Amino acid sequence: MAGDHAVSIDLSHDELLRYSRHLILPDVELEGQTRIRNARVLLIGAGGLGSPTALYLAAAGVGTLGIVDFDTVDLSNLQRQVLHGTSDVGRPKIDSARDRIVDLNPHVVVETHRTQLTSANALEILGKYDIVVDGTDNFPTRYLVNDACVMLGKPNVYGSIFRFEGQASVFSSGDGPCYRCLFPHPPPPGLVPSCAEGGVLGVLPGLVGTIQATETLKLILGIGDTLVGRLLLIDTLGMRFHTVRVPRDENCPACGTREITELVDYEAFCGMPGGVMAQDDASGMQEITPSELAQRLAAREEFTLIDVREPYEWQIGHIEGARLIPLGEIEDALATLDRSKEVIVYCRSGKRSANAVRQLSNAGFNATNVSGGILQWSDEVDPSIPKY
Amino acid sequence: MAVSIVLPRALLTYSRGSSTLDLDVHCATVADALDELGRRWPAVLDRVLTEQGDVREHVNIFVGEESIRFASGLATPVKDGDTIMIVAAVSGG
Repeated sequence: MAGDHAVSIDLSHDELLRYSRHLILPDVELEGQTRIRNARVLLIGAGGLGSPTALYLAAAGVGTLGIVDFDTVDLSNLQRQVLHGTSDVGRPKIDSARDRIVDLNPHVVVETHRTQLTSANALEILGKYDIVVDGTDNFPTRYLVNDACVMLGKPNVYGSIFRFEGQASVFSSGDGPCYRCLFPHPPPPGLVPSCAEGGVLGVLPGLVGTIQATETLKLILGIGDTLVGRLLLIDTLGMRFHTVRVPRDENCPACGTREITELVDYEAFCGMPGGVMAQDDASGMQEITPSELAQRLAAREEFTLIDVREPYEWQIGHIEGARLIPLGEIEDALATLDRSKEVIVYCRSGKRSANAVRQLSNAGFNATNVSGGILQWSDEVDPSIPKY
Repeated sequence: MAVSIVLPRALLTYSRGSSTLDLDVHCATVADALDELGRRWPAVLDRVLTEQGDVREHVNIFVGEESIRFASGLATPVKDGDTIMIVAAVSGG
């Protein structure tokens, strides 16, 4: 951009002052700021990653920010989703996001899409924007966003988080790889826990989301070395940043052979017939409700009750009579379980216990999952057990 | 120390909380190193390889910065001092 001397000034006085630190920054300057203002960026998700991305892109002056989210603000979001406040609990996230962004920078046009991104609407919604920022929290939507970005030729600024670790990259940009080049298939259901099950350090999405915002601005400005062809791995406990190479896969069905010519059913692709909002992946397995469990406990029936959560979760609250065996220790504990008795398993929401029931069933046990876990136990049986 | 294996946090449940395995035996290939990993923590290896012994498609294994999928797969050679990094897909946002 240096050397361009004939840039027309069409920013208002207020904007010139607001963006003054950009305007004096080599490689941004007036032309760069104008590019930022003319950019149209779509944020998929206004959650942990979408929050810092939205705030920094709005502050930087991105002219149009689209936001796709169908969720409402929950108290448990506020530990990391800094776009929303306590007074927003219960409101649609897109409404609270729009209010916060407009307050931060009234020059930004916020386009809200209160819908779940699907194969039916993805091309239409993504097609209206220059750059897509993937801040979703589930595999089906990640593959959907990837395939739609490849088809449309839009850069996909990727970020993902789990517990203390994050990943970031830029997919589908120029000759670079796409998400499928890195991860051809999603994990089988139940093999990789979500943040709702495994937890996440509240500041982590702040770190990864600001990296996504940085990459987005670099793409808009055409400066620097983006993460195209590289995957950034962030380990907050070791505080290490590590980069690995991600080549484009010539056999990738999305961006290589281009076999994928239309968007498919991504929940089926990810083996999730119950959909992304399903509480567990316990299809076909023996299940009881917390109320039924309470009746069987009251009747003093013979069975072994196992809690497969972690010790710190057990301390928050547990069902009397249960034995604590964290999921990772189930295999080692098989020999200590009475094979003549039914084993009933619970966790927080029913997902980890479904995983444990599968392991127990494979080992020959008569195992039953408690649907909805201790959260539903708190609703149906014992409200004194805190939810978390 | 011959080769180190770094695990993703999602698998620490199955490695008794250890994030790194330093192997003190000689390994010629990634497969040799994973054999040792499986001896130490079989449940970790179950989540890295399929029952057929292939690398799961939501998992990437890197030797240094390079993915073994674009090298010689599990036969990719390793040398003393190499770090093998296992990276699994995560979906949190």
